Amino acid sequence: MTDVLDAPTSPLGKPIKRTEDPRFITGEGRYVDDIKLQSTAHMAILRSPYAHANIRSIDTTRATSMPGVLAVFVGADIPYNPMPMAWPAGGSAGIQNNVSTPRTLATDSVKWTGEGVAAVVAETPEQAFDAVEAIDVDWEPLPAVVDAEKALEDGAPQLHENAPNNVVFEWNVGDKAGTDSAIDGAEVVVRQRIVNHRLIPNPMEGRGNIGWYNPGTDEYTIWMSSQTPHIQRLLLAAFVMGIPEHKIRCISPDVGGAFGTKIFCYPDYALVLFASKALGGRPVKWIESRRENYQSTIHGRDHITYLEIAGTRDGEVTGLRVKTLANLGGRLSTIGPGIPTTLYARVLSGCYRIPNVYAEVTGVYTNTVFVDAYRGAGRPEATYVIERAMDLFAAEIGMDRAEVRRRNFIQPDQFPYDNPSGLGTASGGAKIYIDSGNYEPAMDMALATVGYGDLAAKKAEAKGRGKLLGLGLSTYIEVCGVAPSKWIGAVGEGWGAAMWESSNIKVHLTGKVVVTMGTQPQGQGHETTYAQVIADALAIPMEDVIVQHSDTQGTPFGYGSYGSRTSSVGMTAAIKAADKIKDKARRYAAHMLEASPDDIEIDGAEYRVKGSPDRKKTFQEIAFALDLAFDAPEGMEPYLDETAYYDTPNCTWPFGTHIAVVEVDEETGKVDLVRYVAVDDVGNKINPMIVDGQLHGGIAQGVGQALWEEAIYSDDGQLLTGSMLDYAVPRASWFPHLELDQTVTPSPVNPLGVKGVGEAGAIASTAAVANAVVDALAPLGIRHLDMPYTSRKVWAAIESAKGGQA
Amino acid sequence: MGEHISMTVNGTPRQLDVEPRRMLVQALREDLDLTGTHVGCDTSQCGACTVHVDGRAVKSCTMLAVQADGTAVTTIEGMASGPDALHPLQTAFWEKHGLQCGFCTPGMIMTAADLLARNPDPSDEEIRHAIEGNMCRCTGYQNIVAAVKAAATAMREAPTAPVTA
Repeated sequence: MTDVLDAPTSPLGKPIKRTEDPRFITGEGRYVDDIKLQSTAHMAILRSPYAHANIRSIDTTRATSMPGVLAVFVGADIPYNPMPMAWPAGGSAGIQNNVSTPRTLATDSVKWTGEGVAAVVAETPEQAFDAVEAIDVDWEPLPAVVDAEKALEDGAPQLHENAPNNVVFEWNVGDKAGTDSAIDGAEVVVRQRIVNHRLIPNPMEGRGNIGWYNPGTDEYTIWMSSQTPHIQRLLLAAFVMGIPEHKIRCISPDVGGAFGTKIFCYPDYALVLFASKALGGRPVKWIESRRENYQSTIHGRDHITYLEIAGTRDGEVTGLRVKTLANLGGRLSTIGPGIPTTLYARVLSGCYRIPNVYAEVTGVYTNTVFVDAYRGAGRPEATYVIERAMDLFAAEIGMDRAEVRRRNFIQPDQFPYDNPSGLGTASGGAKIYIDSGNYEPAMDMALATVGYGDLAAKKAEAKGRGKLLGLGLSTYIEVCGVAPSKWIGAVGEGWGAAMWESSNIKVHLTGKVVVTMGTQPQGQGHETTYAQVIADALAIPMEDVIVQHSDTQGTPFGYGSYGSRTSSVGMTAAIKAADKIKDKARRYAAHMLEASPDDIEIDGAEYRVKGSPDRKKTFQEIAFALDLAFDAPEGMEPYLDETAYYDTPNCTWPFGTHIAVVEVDEETGKVDLVRYVAVDDVGNKINPMIVDGQLHGGIAQGVGQALWEEAIYSDDGQLLTGSMLDYAVPRASWFPHLELDQTVTPSPVNPLGVKGVGEAGAIASTAAVANAVVDALAPLGIRHLDMPYTSRKVWAAIESAKGGQA
Repeated sequence: MGEHISMTVNGTPRQLDVEPRRMLVQALREDLDLTGTHVGCDTSQCGACTVHVDGRAVKSCTMLAVQADGTAVTTIEGMASGPDALHPLQTAFWEKHGLQCGFCTPGMIMTAADLLARNPDPSDEEIRHAIEGNMCRCTGYQNIVAAVKAAATAMREAPTAPVTA
């Protein structure tokens, strides 16, 4: 144990090497598939080859008699309820949600290629795979529809009886009359249909579970690659399996990336638990193949949007009207409807003070896998809309796009700011407002770094090499740190539950401090950053802080990690727990030093009597004595052990300016990203090295959407991009060195002044690259082109534009 | 059952009986409990399963275990020369924040080691090209490139002695 009298310097804000890394760099990480329990059986799932079909019958006879097969299950064998719908489109308007969620296995019909219809459990994975091939399903194929716009047309295939015209919900936000009037009376209106295409998230580790039913205690344990073990326990118990919550234990071991995909309640969770019980308590392991991951784990985005932006000839934006169709798949994922409503339409006006905003969102069923939160979740889609709209508007009035942005930024003295379609407009008296911001310095810094003033010369130079150079801005904001529970309760948007966070701190006899929490890392380095925060709060060495997480048995309830909420909500809970620890230590120090608690002052790890600097106890002397409790005063409980729950009073709002520079080969249409400059303001940083890493990864994903990635279904619902051979996960050689810089505007919402950074890169970058490509093509008369900008698409656009000019 | 094979794995002779269809990665993970080598796809694209076979980087999901009969295999577990003696690439990935979730990391380190054995002073471009067969979804590759570069420098400056953690 390090001597606290050495007064360690605070690790907060420093680029400290991650404490979790030694296990990962030596191959000692433990992901779900690395866990081997005695007598484990292995599961494989038969998935629908059709996008839309009725199941006439399933014959499992051949499969059941295959070597090593222990059991074969079909949907009718499993008495569980369908998966829960935890975040329907909500709000004061009493929105009707026409809900259909998957069952553990489909019973009567399938709604997408890849929906699970039967499962085999066998002694080995190979035997299970072989037996799945021997299940005979009598299918009645039905017409399919994969496009949201086509699904709404008359005569389109109908997916669900309770969802006429394939409509999940029709939802709106903002002042319709005011916005209509602003647009009708505007000097300039620009209209554009834009598509935010479907993506496959691609964490490098797919999903997987091990289910174990203990017949001796009638308890279930599941090891799951999940971002939300506590929520899964709640949902599985209360909504799916119909068993008491305390009978399930959920454990997330090391998680190999998630990006939203591992938030949700998937049918396979229930399936492995059901199978283990059916087998009398043998553990049952199911590991998703990459092909299954593409077919049956959530996809992201998939919006078709009609935008209208209105303003004055001198650059003031006066209205924004948006109609969006959100493709939510064949059945709904856990919070699918919440993404294109709360997390999209409510932040559509971005960092601009647009007085009139109105959005209509229609959720649509199609014969595709469900769509839910993928890194950024609604906010990349919103940023894409508003940032493309600002460029379209600037082009229409012939004003510089940086100047149009500058003209319309919310000003620093206007915070807290209620945006007109925003989270603050919801009824019930619980306001969410944009907490803080100072947008111009970030934009100016980025413009200076990229050399915006020399753009014309750079374009001319590139043109001489047969390249069309384009530069694109994205002056984004995002909402992080969801969310005040009162707001959720009042508005009816959010998990259908609260969204506070929790942390427990125990100071053990040996001076080691164990921190547990309800959040759940997937690569963000929480073991390091929580330790930095608590070492700072208690003025102890980081080595003495042990951070544990991810097991519902042994951590306080929490809502998990997503939406860039861990630092602002989760770590604030940890700080509150540390405050309670310090308060109790102060009271016990007063007892030890025979002084009044009010007379004890805390200086780092020393608790001293004011005015008598020699009368003092160290934090660890106090902990040791209080944990022993040989001399505890009347009414004071032994042990330094405190739990805190933190309900954030507001969300946090990172912002910044990202600038992409691309070169388009005029002959081939190939787009190269040649520079990328990002100035981000994520508030204070707990570990700047980790912050930069989060930005790098987010930017790469957003660039990937703009330039290469696209999930494509054929018209009959086959996933054409069904493997990594077909879906363009970006490679190292496709990126330039990313140039990062920062401004720092601490969030006033939490004591650390942090905002969250997990999604910022992905939210900002897609629009920056899109604007850059359109800027490059603008000399040809092209004012918009939908992503991704593959060579073929860009070449065709160039040829078409040139033909049009000829 | 199956075929009998002999391999030297991380310096230790191993004997195995494997099904003819068993891939090397499964033999390593399931039969030898070397779970540091990961499976991230089913089309030999992601590179998470990269190991060294007779000194060259190989995607072990693409090679049958029987094809590795008689070879020397090195996995991520064999890269450190001792409990406190990380390979310079391991040290550099740690110091440069070249990993987040860690799932691609073992394969990435094995591929980078293969590169540095052939090219001890690679440019950024050469590093990016060399790791094209290894996907990472967390880092945007930037700190991986920095880590490989730092490791190359460390290995050039101390070619025989691995950097101690």
